[in-house]
Amino acid sequence: MISHKEISNKEVIQEVFSLINQFQDLNTFITLNEENSIKKAEELDNSPSNLPLAGIPIAQKDLFCTEGLRTTCGSNILNNFIPPYSATVIENLENAGCISVGKTNMDEFAMGSSNETSFFGNVINPWGKDLVPGGSSGGAASAVAAGLVPAATGTDTGGSIRQPASLCGITGIKPTYGRVSRWGMIAFASSLDQAGPMARTAEDCALMLNEMCSHDEKDTTSLDNAIPDFEENLNSSLKGKKIGIVKDLDLSNLDNDVVEIYQNSLKEFESMGAELVDISLPHLSLSVPTYYVVAPAECSSNLSRFDGVKFGMRSEDVKDLEELYVKTRSEGFGNEVKRRILIGSYVLSAGYYDAYYKKAQQVRRLIKNDFDNAFKKIDVIMTPTTRGPAFKIGSKGDDPIQMYLEDLFTISANLAGLPAMSIPNGNIENKPIGLQIIGNFLDESTILNFAHMFQNETNWHMHTPEGIKQ
Amino acid sequence: MSWETVIGLEIHVQLSTKSKLFSGGSTKFGAESNTHVDLIDMGLPGVLPVANREAFYKAIRFGLATGANINQTSSFDRKNYFYPDLPKGYQITQMTQPIVEKGSIKITVDDYDKEINITRAHLEEDAGKSIHDMFEGETGVDLNRAGTPLLEIVSEPEISSAKEAVAYFKAIRQLVTFLDICDGNMAQGSMRCDVNVSIKKSGDKELGTRAELKNINSFKFIEKAINFEIDRQIRLIENGESVVQETRLYDSEKNETRSMRSKEEANDYRYFPCPDLLPVIISDKELKEIKENLPELPEEKEIRYINEIGLDESEAKIISSSKTMANMFEAASSKTDDAKLVAKWLVGDISALLNKDNIDIDESNLSAENFGILIERISDGTISGKIAKSVLEEVWETASDVDEIIQSKGLVQIQDESILEDIAKKVIESNPNQVSAYKAGKDKLFGFFVGQIMKETQGKANPKAVNEILKDLLK
Repeated sequence: MISHKEISNKEVIQEVFSLINQFQDLNTFITLNEENSIKKAEELDNSPSNLPLAGIPIAQKDLFCTEGLRTTCGSNILNNFIPPYSATVIENLENAGCISVGKTNMDEFAMGSSNETSFFGNVINPWGKDLVPGGSSGGAASAVAAGLVPAATGTDTGGSIRQPASLCGITGIKPTYGRVSRWGMIAFASSLDQAGPMARTAEDCALMLNEMCSHDEKDTTSLDNAIPDFEENLNSSLKGKKIGIVKDLDLSNLDNDVVEIYQNSLKEFESMGAELVDISLPHLSLSVPTYYVVAPAECSSNLSRFDGVKFGMRSEDVKDLEELYVKTRSEGFGNEVKRRILIGSYVLSAGYYDAYYKKAQQVRRLIKNDFDNAFKKIDVIMTPTTRGPAFKIGSKGDDPIQMYLEDLFTISANLAGLPAMSIPNGNIENKPIGLQIIGNFLDESTILNFAHMFQNETNWHMHTPEGIKQ
Repeated sequence: MSWETVIGLEIHVQLSTKSKLFSGGSTKFGAESNTHVDLIDMGLPGVLPVANREAFYKAIRFGLATGANINQTSSFDRKNYFYPDLPKGYQITQMTQPIVEKGSIKITVDDYDKEINITRAHLEEDAGKSIHDMFEGETGVDLNRAGTPLLEIVSEPEISSAKEAVAYFKAIRQLVTFLDICDGNMAQGSMRCDVNVSIKKSGDKELGTRAELKNINSFKFIEKAINFEIDRQIRLIENGESVVQETRLYDSEKNETRSMRSKEEANDYRYFPCPDLLPVIISDKELKEIKENLPELPEEKEIRYINEIGLDESEAKIISSSKTMANMFEAASSKTDDAKLVAKWLVGDISALLNKDNIDIDESNLSAENFGILIERISDGTISGKIAKSVLEEVWETASDVDEIIQSKGLVQIQDESILEDIAKKVIESNPNQVSAYKAGKDKLFGFFVGQIMKETQGKANPKAVNEILKDLLK
């Protein structure tokens, strides 16, 4: 929906804030940036710019540092944190003319798949007031699905862009690890975290991605490879292109509806000339346990800096240093974050490191090798994005394992560092669901091409919840 | 019962890079608290480290100079623990793939030399400082030092006495200053050391339980702390008790070590590879360049001074043992043809002045240029050695130009034999008694006549010429 407008930038921004206000029950934003946004829109009206995304309102996930604008990461421990600098992603988008209208709600420190772990309350899925939007980029997905903004930034460590995109009926892409700089992204699991865009269409995602990607000397894991124009191949023919179907994936536990929708989509691609090829990813079943060693290990260390000493929240009335740490971190972090810090500390501790962390890294390499082998004979891999559509708030209650399995299909792309996206491909009881397309290393163009061609032939991405304008 | 002491040292050397190990923050010492701290040093959410290649180059110089293996692929790990002056809650260090492994260094103790093996030398970031005594009931944190690059040099447990430990520390200090990788300033904490001490029965193969003495930063305290610790351990064992593996703090005021934390209380650092940093790869070309630009080391200098310049062994050793001395020697020698005279003055009068003021030569008022000119004026006969001493003293105080002092004070040596002869004649005429005594065989009085002439000329007479003239006149 990013297109040329015949109304002023200021009117657009005002309309965005009026929509945000109208839909505030969705709780999509933690912090709004209204005054600055209107100012920037006025500037654009006064001196029109030909920047690629001039005047486009963007919702930024509250995990990106924004200079002068509160950045909480969905946590109590950062609820007073105003960064003195901006993330590279934010700078890239703003330099391209985007207007950052606010900071979206998210699972605390991006740990969660339902947005229920946010200190700032649940986000509601516009498809049903009792439904979760998915997570962790739940605020972003909900805001785009509700039409509050045309696009949003998300981050994806184990599925945090794709799963909420699937549950909210929008399009989202996690690029290759290293495509987008992590400078200024508050780290959850450094070797897995990657930022990406969420929008209604693959085309909009491509436009966003063109601006978000950059080689950044401030992030040594950022890649130095040439960044293509992601719009260029959107309309390439799919004739003769090969879609990998993972034989090792057990779909028997899924709803019949999910399987049927998935297979219908595959047929749609076949009708466009693509071929289905069976592939084997023998270590895929180890993805979830591997992920839940690596990610908590990294997070347990990354989150050590939140200690009440230098920034963020500090508990009052402490008598000594030990108590300062314990009280601040006990009050500052929610249960899911604490759980992962505990798991992470455990798997890294002396005597357990080899059995857990080291083993997990070895398995991670095997998973990556599986993908490398598979991609020798195929162009993309397709799976359902999620096991089902959006579930009810509170329905997964206290069972973290059930919640962790939400990421069953998405996690492997993070472990292997591969680009992957989710596009809407069906509806179950008026709840959207998505198709996951995984690409080869650095090959975002091909998955965007498949997604765009699908969206040329189908209409699922244009479905909106009742009461929401397109 | 006789006991053997086993000592291993971990020396933390602050590398003299302009910026920190993982940020552009300045490493300058002595700035106002928290003014040399950037986003990365503060460990703000979202920041990422970028490894400073210059620190690697300096570490590699150390590796090459100690004949060590250089790991052209080395990586960083995180060491996790909580402390207020550790902003990220972890220290980035090199645990599994250090840049330098397996080197060695020669030490000299009294009358013997010994080779001490170096297990590894790895890069890591320094922490900030906690300030406990400035704010009542509160602790201040100064992050200026946080992120400063350290090279941690770990020795094998091959050091057998406190004296050897001091000699080892001194050898490392000498080396790192010659390599220009550290300023060696111990008062400012540029070099600090942890000492592992254990004892065992003479001849036993198995090592005893060790205690680690933390953070000692002077030669004197290393020796005292180790000797205290050896005595303590011997006493324990001889009393039938046993040594506990623990970290101990040396209290220099009480001259004792006391327990800081035992092994059971020790942190589990939960080391793991730092996911923010890719392994650092040093190319063959980089390595070659560092090798080619390696400065001359003390031992090489000593040999060159003896063989090429003709210095005495003792002179050569003294001058080459300190980088500032060697620099002064080489710079001053380039201003004069008489390098041997430069050495003589450096080891003699100048060393005496340095000792008196208890300073290093680069802290003195004497520039190499001025020193070279002074020697040149002695060797070209402009001034005598005696006058030169007074010129040196003046330079020492005021840093004035040597030639200016000579000119303004009229210190130019009198060479003109006719002038000297006139003066000598006058001296002889006015001291008839001494003349007769001398002629009667009291040879010692020759010095009296020289002295009188020097007095007349305010010491400016050329002593050689005076000798010849006097000998002639008193025949």
